[in-house]
Amino acid sequence: MIVGEQKPLEEIFRMLSGHERILVAGCRSCVAVCHAGGEKEVSILAEALRLRASLANHPWKVEEITVERQCEREWVEAMGPLVKGKDAVLSLACGVGAQTVQVLYPRIRVLPGLNTSHMGAPDMPGVFVEKCGGCGDCLLHLTGGICPIARCAKSLLNGPCGGSQNGRCEISPEVPCAWDQIVRSLEAMGRSDLLEEPIPPKSWLTARDGGPRRTVIPTAVISEEQRKMKGERP
Amino acid sequence: MRSGSNLEQALESGRFAVTAEIGPPRSASAERIRTHARQMKGCADAFNLTDNQTAMSRMSSIACAVVLLQDGLEPVVQMTCRDRNRIALQGDVLGASALGVRNILCLSGDHQTFGSMKEAKNVYDLDSIQLLMVLRRMRDEGKLWSGDELEVAPKLFLGAAANPFADPFEYRVIRLAKKIKAGADFIQTQSIYDMQRFERWMSLVREKGLHQKVHILAGVMPLKSHKTALYMKNKVSGMCVPDSIIDRLRRASDPKEEGIQMCVEQIQHLRDIEGIRGVHIMAPAWEEKVPEIVRRAGLSSIS
Repeated sequence: MIVGEQKPLEEIFRMLSGHERILVAGCRSCVAVCHAGGEKEVSILAEALRLRASLANHPWKVEEITVERQCEREWVEAMGPLVKGKDAVLSLACGVGAQTVQVLYPRIRVLPGLNTSHMGAPDMPGVFVEKCGGCGDCLLHLTGGICPIARCAKSLLNGPCGGSQNGRCEISPEVPCAWDQIVRSLEAMGRSDLLEEPIPPKSWLTARDGGPRRTVIPTAVISEEQRKMKGERP
Repeated sequence: MRSGSNLEQALESGRFAVTAEIGPPRSASAERIRTHARQMKGCADAFNLTDNQTAMSRMSSIACAVVLLQDGLEPVVQMTCRDRNRIALQGDVLGASALGVRNILCLSGDHQTFGSMKEAKNVYDLDSIQLLMVLRRMRDEGKLWSGDELEVAPKLFLGAAANPFADPFEYRVIRLAKKIKAGADFIQTQSIYDMQRFERWMSLVREKGLHQKVHILAGVMPLKSHKTALYMKNKVSGMCVPDSIIDRLRRASDPKEEGIQMCVEQIQHLRDIEGIRGVHIMAPAWEEKVPEIVRRAGLSSIS
């Protein structure tokens, strides 16, 4: 899932200055799971904004909505009646959701209420850890199911650097050494042999370095005619 | 001979080799490098120049290497993968080679959070093993990693680091083997204080016959005081400093002399370990002591 964190309130207040009619828009997907942008967070933040407006004499009129997925047009289109007449949408979705809103409502300022942190998973209640670097060329079959791109501070592909000690990364005792985990995982599955062969330089073409990525699923692509029939804009 | 460097010749001839480290200055003046060169000339076969050590911008290792060459010393250029991608690394190696650099040490590099610019974007396009693969192809096949032909291939003696004190311990020998497979001609180890652990590592290295395939130079670093030793133990990643060493320095009436003496004893001990072909002396901000260490350790056969 995409993990996000709400921006500090003061930063949100600063972004909103100069705006009057504000819609706080949440998303029930990933960012709801990490307690950053779901219905509950939307209502808490909206309340905080109303309180701030009355204390600091801001002209803010705050409304709220939370949709199923802010990254998909269909759900964002359904926000239309509430977006109408607003100066700003404060999006509590990830950066993808915020951009989808902006595309559909180009005249309205969409402000990010969250910082999109990473792709991760809950490690324990309340703790979310980055698990995938989204490099577009998965290596997990060589690394015992642990991603060195995301989880090694140096994205090393050939084993732990000289800074790994007692299973911890050199950058901090708080950070587990991904390669220590990889070595142990491969040992546990009896595949230590995979550690012996040097992995050659990786192609980063499929990663962000290759430019913005685009995924096409041919079987799901609909024809121009079908689009017209659905009444979609060209 | 792959490169014809002094270091390669010394190691190939079977003579116990010495390398020493010089830290490039945080300065636009090469004066300090020239001072170190005068002080250290003749005490080692080659001199390592660190590459933005501890992730802090310093004079580039290649520029410092050229200063050493002008003064008649042989450099080992350290290259880290932290700051440059494969395009820059290969370009820099061609330039270094054109200017007379023959020895290159391939390192992943300290993470930038150790330095004074923690907010920097790191690169790590390659890791140290991949850098060895890339440079070996340039030397042996006369090609860039992409396959593009080079008009003139660089003559290189390729080095890598090994840290027997990092974990997981057993993996450290596999990693050494991997570095050899990837192209390492010589290895410089992390500084050794825990001799027992080092010997354990070396016996695993010999068991696999790796000491026959690569020249291993054992790393030593003289300590100035028990406080430095404690700092090494607690703050420097991938270091093991046994308490006996800290105690010995604490009890010493002249800790600096004790530190030098201890380093000399370590070198003498390391010389007798089967498979050790030389020693790499690191004395950051204490470079002037290296000639004395070399002399007292009886390593006087250097040209």
